[in-house]
Amino acid sequence: MKTSIRIHSLLMAGLAFLAMSCDQGNRAGNGALSSNIAEKVYIAPGERDEQYGFLSGGYSGNLTVYGLPSGRMFKEIPVFSQFPTSGYGYSEETKPMLNTSFGFVPWDDLHHPDISQTKGELDGRWIFANGNNTPRIARISLTTFETEEIIEVPNSAGNHSSSFITENTEYVVAGTRFSVPVPQRDMPISEYKSNFKGALTFIAVDPEHGHFNIKFQLIMPGFNYDLSHPGRDKSHGWFFFSTYNTEEANTLLEVNASQNDKDFIAAINWKKIEAYVNNGGGKKVPARYAHNVYDESTHTATSTIKEEVLTVDPSDVPGAIYFLPTPKSPHGCDVDPSGQYIIGSGKLSADITVHSFDKMLAAIDAKKFDGEAYGIPILNYDDILAGTVQSGGLGPLHTEFDGRGNAYTTFFISSEVVKWKLGTWEVIDRQPTFYSVGHLMIPGGNSRKPHGKYLVAMNKITKDRYLPTGPEMEHSAQIYDISGEKMQLLYDFPTHGEPHYAAGCDAELIVNNSKKIYRLDENKHPYAITSPAQAKVERKGNEVHIYMSTIRSHFTPDNIEGIKVGDKVYFHITNHEQDFDVPHGFSIIGQGTSEILIMPGQTKTSLWEPKRVGVWPFYCTDFCSALHQEMQGYVRVSPANANIELSWSLDE
Amino acid sequence: MKNLSKYLLAISVTFLFACGGGNTKQAEQISKPPQPKKVVDPYENWQQYQGVGPVKAFSLPAEIDQELAAKGKETYEAMCTACHKVDKKFIGPAPKDILTRRNPAWIMNMILAPEKMIIEDPIAKKLLGDYNGAPMANQNLTEEQARAILEYFRTL
Repeated sequence: MKTSIRIHSLLMAGLAFLAMSCDQGNRAGNGALSSNIAEKVYIAPGERDEQYGFLSGGYSGNLTVYGLPSGRMFKEIPVFSQFPTSGYGYSEETKPMLNTSFGFVPWDDLHHPDISQTKGELDGRWIFANGNNTPRIARISLTTFETEEIIEVPNSAGNHSSSFITENTEYVVAGTRFSVPVPQRDMPISEYKSNFKGALTFIAVDPEHGHFNIKFQLIMPGFNYDLSHPGRDKSHGWFFFSTYNTEEANTLLEVNASQNDKDFIAAINWKKIEAYVNNGGGKKVPARYAHNVYDESTHTATSTIKEEVLTVDPSDVPGAIYFLPTPKSPHGCDVDPSGQYIIGSGKLSADITVHSFDKMLAAIDAKKFDGEAYGIPILNYDDILAGTVQSGGLGPLHTEFDGRGNAYTTFFISSEVVKWKLGTWEVIDRQPTFYSVGHLMIPGGNSRKPHGKYLVAMNKITKDRYLPTGPEMEHSAQIYDISGEKMQLLYDFPTHGEPHYAAGCDAELIVNNSKKIYRLDENKHPYAITSPAQAKVERKGNEVHIYMSTIRSHFTPDNIEGIKVGDKVYFHITNHEQDFDVPHGFSIIGQGTSEILIMPGQTKTSLWEPKRVGVWPFYCTDFCSALHQEMQGYVRVSPANANIELSWSLDE
Repeated sequence: MKNLSKYLLAISVTFLFACGGGNTKQAEQISKPPQPKKVVDPYENWQQYQGVGPVKAFSLPAEIDQELAAKGKETYEAMCTACHKVDKKFIGPAPKDILTRRNPAWIMNMILAPEKMIIEDPIAKKLLGDYNGAPMANQNLTEEQARAILEYFRTL
């Protein structure tokens, strides 16, 4: 009896399954099967996503590249952290990228990616990101997807209201979250008030090569400069920074920085300050900061320590800076595609404050001020207010735009995204997030022309969204279709590290410029060999330089003798492949760094310091052909006082 | 118990057919007896193979273009010597006297489209086996560069 019941239910289940698999039309039920949601994120094998998403990796120090709408991760780009997968920060060529005035700092907290723009529209040339901890700004090429430049920001600490760009990528802007003594000095912490300063740094970007140069640092009052965004279109030439801790508390900020009912959004007319600086204004002061540049033709980075920076005292440029009172410790400071609305999200509030750029200008013209702070005029809240969004949510953080007159704001505490209308301030839709959303990103949502089809919500808490992986797990993101009136939740995907903002764009902006190989005939690395006939080993005292080449599937040379204990052995390896996606790797027993992964046509160097006598193998770490397992070699290491001549060979 | 299993099986089979369709074609194909193939050595019949790739059959002019050959030598040394020695078998075969074994178009196609060649061209397929399974690398050369290398091979 029991058996027959079991079989009967099995039979029923089987029938139900077969019926469902046959009848494509019968999709009654819940979830994805009840609609076309699954189709919206399904990218069939061999097909490609519509858009790129570049997600900050937060404490991973790196940037991750995703496809949208599939949520598939394509690459992790090392930026501020050593990355053993490719050897970034371990290879001799890339170690200088992580140099700072504090020495080699192999980690940072990467926050706010921003794609370069021309005339307020994404141009897909570079992406910028900030290191929050040891203040740095990076430029990553969207041709090679490699970090090409990192500049340290002096006089800054907690580089958080960064790395947002002006609408022709004239500047990448870096504001300090933590005010500090400027210049740094030994002084009592309790004397913070009016002694600590907040530096807002404008880094000029060379229009052709993207190279950085700190144009000026605005030395502002000692508030916390939290987030920023550029004016665009009609407000191009201005930059807006949210502030908190206008109380200038130096302890228990959780309480003491939440005393004032309103903090400020600082409106900065950078064009005015730029003109002042171009006319010889500002003061050069001593500072120490590293400027690291990676040269694609030599495949090598160099680090230069700079000794001076130009500072500007706000009181020297009257009419360039104003404070816009904004309730409840504003966090996000976002500007709509028209440049008219400046949105301040008071993170302790239920409402979203929207300032009007036109009203701000009118109030400035009329000189209608409500006092001043450290000589900077404060505008009257009611004079500049465009409107308030009565959201019904709690804890607004960040806002992006779809280019169709709508704004989307994340609410951390009430864990949702709220869609509202610019101008009427009415709430149109709200969708829950899973859970406690921080940033959100609409590709191009921070430009004049958003590519507004999808919205990615980046959540701070994951909980039960995926199979558990112990106490620590990846964060969770949700993608929504925002093409209709109502937002539609499509898909969940895990993100790496902790995303703080992201940037995205249509794939076509990048796809055709993406580099496939490095051309061997353009390789200007000083230790490159363009033919295996040039392979050699040279000794300079206890330094040994091995000029080596790789091709499927052997190293030239692969037998090396004459190395001694105590030598510093540099393997300079040029990958002679010229075919897309044929890297070779190199690792050797006892290597104190990481492997190096060498792309076709590229040269990379690994330092090995042999500590023991013996014959030690090295091998290729990237499966390169059917004979990959044969891609290996040996180095003979003799005692320090041995008389073995240097020799090298392949197949002899 | 036994009856139930049979019942289940029958139903499953019914559904399988109902869902599948188009199975008859496969059955017909299977019923055909395999055609015995004549084994030919592609090395011996090299003259009939022009290779698979962008280059169609062509004949070389009688005179060697020395300037072109010099250019070819330069490219060959930079891009090919990791695997080829002029007169000695190395990772791949030696190019010396190659025109007594291969057509000009075949040589250029092998340089320009090696991935396609080792799948579709009988000589390249056989070479892959004879050379230890080491596939020829695509060095992304232009047709002009491949032509220059061919000219250089004529001087060896």
